Amino acid sequence: MTTVDVRHSAEPELTPAAWTDSKRYAWLLGLLVPGLPFMAWALVEATGIGLLWFFGPLFVFGVMPVLDRVIGDDTANPPDSVVQWLEQDRYYRWCTYLYLPLQYASLVLACWLWSRGDLSVVESLGLALTVGCVCGIAINTAHELGHKRASVERWLSKVALAQSGYGHFFIEHNRGHHVRVATPEDPASSRLGESFYAFLPRTVTGSLKSSWGLEALRLRRGGSSPWTIENDILNAWAMTVVLFVALTATFGLSVLPWLLVQAVFGFSLLEVVNYLEHYGLLRDKREDGRYVRTAPRHSWNSNNVSSNVLLYHLQRHSDHHAHPLRRFQSLRHFDEAPELPSGYASMIVLAVLPPLWRRVMDPRVLAHYGGDVTRANIHPPRRERVLRRYGPGKAAGPAT
Amino acid sequence: VSAFRCPECGFTYDEERGNPREGFRPGTPWSAVPDDWTCPDCGVEGKPDFEPAG
Repeated sequence: MTTVDVRHSAEPELTPAAWTDSKRYAWLLGLLVPGLPFMAWALVEATGIGLLWFFGPLFVFGVMPVLDRVIGDDTANPPDSVVQWLEQDRYYRWCTYLYLPLQYASLVLACWLWSRGDLSVVESLGLALTVGCVCGIAINTAHELGHKRASVERWLSKVALAQSGYGHFFIEHNRGHHVRVATPEDPASSRLGESFYAFLPRTVTGSLKSSWGLEALRLRRGGSSPWTIENDILNAWAMTVVLFVALTATFGLSVLPWLLVQAVFGFSLLEVVNYLEHYGLLRDKREDGRYVRTAPRHSWNSNNVSSNVLLYHLQRHSDHHAHPLRRFQSLRHFDEAPELPSGYASMIVLAVLPPLWRRVMDPRVLAHYGGDVTRANIHPPRRERVLRRYGPGKAAGPAT
Repeated sequence: VSAFRCPECGFTYDEERGNPREGFRPGTPWSAVPDDWTCPDCGVEGKPDFEPAG
């Protein structure tokens, strides 16, 4: 395994001019996502076709999977010698910061459109799902920002989460999910044999409970009650309350149900992505009872260019979990990491169709463990079934 | 030794300064930090993985 310490690169410094980041300007394409509601509006105005209010989900689940196929993969890594330079280049930070003003401009636009009263219920729903795509992918922006040490980035992370009401993600993801990833104890690591529909309620409730426990423990250690504005879950949720109250006060009560619809759709989009990222993967336990350190083999990776560009390299997930403070522009591909057959957008479509998901992914989990299913993270209610199907003596063929 | 460093991300716990955000008052010895405490910045390494840093 080749892991490189970002801070102590011993190699001679390469002049940045000697290496060009081929994705440098492509990262700006991530800003197309918060533009989706504007595009939907323009398309409806131009064509008169009301169904184009659904442009957000049509783009994410229809156009992006095609782009994944057409544009393909990229396994290129930045040379270790330019990583320090890449990380300090503030241009990349601005690519993520700029998501936020566009995100909230699109939410205000949507509230104005809902409040005018000339959209049918189906059209309003279409707009809510389009805004929900912006909201869900904002959790990805919040994810990139929330991993950083700088307080401005951590604060912006909470701002990006306000739209989904998922402020507790800021705590749970960093202090819960990253610590327990690819273990049966992690609510956000999906298990072999677990469908997305079984995973969704488990991760939503489990992550909420876990985040509260972690934050309460931190505050109690300092002698404080968890019921304080210092509680990062409560102050992040307060942003959501302020946001929703302000929008309702400005645009009327009619926007409130749609604000809730887009929030639920947004965090469900995050959770379906969580479902893809560690399916069936399990960290071994060491002799002292602790789990082995998180390595690239404990997360599914995807090198699909188009989804990666729109998601700030989130799909370079194996490196991210092994080295969480690395900035998105310097995340690497590792040969040892298990690779998803396509980008997240395509995999989401499979995840919501469990028989198809099992057919594609179960054999990959088995292959990753050399055919030994007992090394996988198996969903306990399905354990017997999984062992019968893939256990010793069974061919590692696709599920039927 | 009065400081301990995360081998993954470089986060350092200094006994003299403690870490008020984590609930450890200034002067809290490393031995009083719970064994299941994990690095607050990266979450990859736990207390037993930390290295003495002077």
